[in-house]
Amino acid sequence: MRRFILLLALIASATILNAQILDLENSQVNGSFQIDGQYYQVDEGIGITESTIGGNVFGINGFGKINYSLGNFNAGLRYEAYLPPMSGFDTRLEGCGIANYFASYDNGTIGITIGDIYDQFGNGFVFRTYEEWSLGFDNSLRGMRAIYRPAQGVTLKAVYGKQRFYWAPYGASESRGIVRGFDGEWDLNQSFSGMSSSKFRATIGGSFVSKYQKNTNNIYYIPENVGAFAGRINLGYGRFAFSTEYAYKINDPSAFNNYIYKEGQAILSSLSYSQKGFGVILQVKRVDNMSFKSDYQGVKNDLDINFIPPINYTHTHSLPAIYSYATQPLGEMAMQLQINYTIPKGTIIGGKYGTKITVDFSQVNDIVRDSIFNDVDGGINGTPGYTSNFFAVSDHIFYRDFNIEIERRLNKKWKLIAQYINLYYDMATIENHPGAPVVKANIGFVDLTYRITNKQSIRLELQHLWDNINKSNTAEASVIDHSDLYKKRGNWAAALVEYSISPKWFVSVADKYNYGNPIVENRDHYYTASVGYIKESTRITLTGGRQSEGMVCVGGVCRVVPASSGISLSIVTSF
Amino acid sequence: MKKTLVLLFLGMLFFGAKAQSDLPNVTLKNLDGESINVTELNNDGKPFVMTFWATWCGPCVKEHNALSDVYQDWQDETGVKIFAVSIDDSRSTARIRPFVEGKGWEFDILLDVNKDLARAMNVSNPPHTFLFDGNGKMVYQHTGYFEGAEEELYQEILKLNE
Repeated sequence: MRRFILLLALIASATILNAQILDLENSQVNGSFQIDGQYYQVDEGIGITESTIGGNVFGINGFGKINYSLGNFNAGLRYEAYLPPMSGFDTRLEGCGIANYFASYDNGTIGITIGDIYDQFGNGFVFRTYEEWSLGFDNSLRGMRAIYRPAQGVTLKAVYGKQRFYWAPYGASESRGIVRGFDGEWDLNQSFSGMSSSKFRATIGGSFVSKYQKNTNNIYYIPENVGAFAGRINLGYGRFAFSTEYAYKINDPSAFNNYIYKEGQAILSSLSYSQKGFGVILQVKRVDNMSFKSDYQGVKNDLDINFIPPINYTHTHSLPAIYSYATQPLGEMAMQLQINYTIPKGTIIGGKYGTKITVDFSQVNDIVRDSIFNDVDGGINGTPGYTSNFFAVSDHIFYRDFNIEIERRLNKKWKLIAQYINLYYDMATIENHPGAPVVKANIGFVDLTYRITNKQSIRLELQHLWDNINKSNTAEASVIDHSDLYKKRGNWAAALVEYSISPKWFVSVADKYNYGNPIVENRDHYYTASVGYIKESTRITLTGGRQSEGMVCVGGVCRVVPASSGISLSIVTSF
Repeated sequence: MKKTLVLLFLGMLFFGAKAQSDLPNVTLKNLDGESINVTELNNDGKPFVMTFWATWCGPCVKEHNALSDVYQDWQDETGVKIFAVSIDDSRSTARIRPFVEGKGWEFDILLDVNKDLARAMNVSNPPHTFLFDGNGKMVYQHTGYFEGAEEELYQEILKLNE
């Protein structure tokens, strides 16, 4: 920290000496604030008692960030305060301080950043640091990054540092390893003038990342240096595009993979065709033992160095989001097919304004693991674990989603979005509850907007979820004593009405009702009311009511949100 | 090593800074994979709009559908151009092109996979829409989308053309 201030001072004085004498004309300061606060109250109807609240009647998450830029120079810092964190956020976030700072210079050929770095190589298979405020997730790398662009179309990058882990100090510590990485990318079309307007496009890239962590384990010999490699290629020809990335990691025994001494692999390939009004894409992915953390003892999302993107449709409506999929970094094979089509306007089916259709199918299966011993199952601690045929797909389905969405403007006043979703959800694997049944759900969704005047409109959202966990499962549920699993199972109905005066005001009321829960006491209503004011970059939202227990997932990372009841206020602004 | 870098770094500060617009010095890619520095974005002296969106963001898709319906008229009347910056991460990078084409949108798409531009422009949640004048000076911004919000944006564009 002291070194950083010293450096900032040096930079500041250099800037002043730079004959520009604090170039106020050209320098810029901007920033943003966000405060999310919640007041919790007892609500025995959904199981919230004095003891669940435990005296923490308020939860407040806030940040303020400020950036300074002058030409090619940039610096910024972000202050965060979780006093205490809102319910559902990791309790290790509690505290406040400057969580993030950086200074950078980039003149187009050379770019240097010191401080906290967010970056990714390719798809992130071997390296991705990012921050997701809504999840309380931040795995930024405190260290340095150098970017060198020796020729048009060529980018070389090197990073070096230690990752953020809540508020844990960065100093010498064996609890976190050092991460260093290198990435190179070459865009052939930008390199060769003859190719600049070619129908054929090609980019190739490669990365190498290594972590160093001192072995402190008494039982296992933990490799102190773990390397991971990735190679990628993007090709395009006219309306077609193909991209693929393959990553390989040397054996990396960890708490997450049950200390097996096995290499990791991941591959993602995409093939697409697009023309105006029609687009189709097919993606396939295979992941095997690809969890990569800068602490071998890390669990869940702790200190992830890499990111394995899930390739299924991201459902954001509240009912389908009950069954969100989270990537299984230890092994999965996935595919997705998505078609986007606009039925042209003026046709019989397309109607006066045209109709947009999206069809999406995705499925995730387990990989096939062959035991390397005759008498025990694979995945045994301290052994090479298992072998796996690269192309074999297990019969074990983790998740499947078929959905079709239609969007149509009916006339000047009415707009309609309708969606049908069919889900297969292996609760046992995704929620880690062995013995739990597979969920098969059908969901219908309708979003209807009526424009009252140019500025005023009213929107109605209706959702219904049917699943196979019904009254006849109740007996089974109590037999396996997983009654907590059935908190949000069974049929649901939800409705929302929103009135808005564009672009500044909105007010909405909503209710979600788990009327088909196999356990009668769990048949709860979750009602909320919200009012919001938006002006330019400022947004103030006040919400009161009940929040159901569930997962909030952004970018494949999920956070479990406990049920709560109370009032929340969110203020976001930037300047 | 560290010292050399610091010296190198300080040395660079002595190169002159170029004239400022409100466009940050961030390099993004377009759908063809070409790198584009945001400071170079322009519309030949005419105003331009920059929207931040994601394929999974419902209000963003609604906003873009609404803008898509009026884009041709707006271009004919004001010459305005729309840059739609996707903050989708690698989950959906490859899906963006077929998504955008399938919806029939004709905006210039930029990919902010690492959210560098979103951070530099203090975008917290999409949709977030900015309007720049012909010199790259930001004159209006708005977050969220409700039915009809594009009308206010258009009024702001018209003001610039007066």
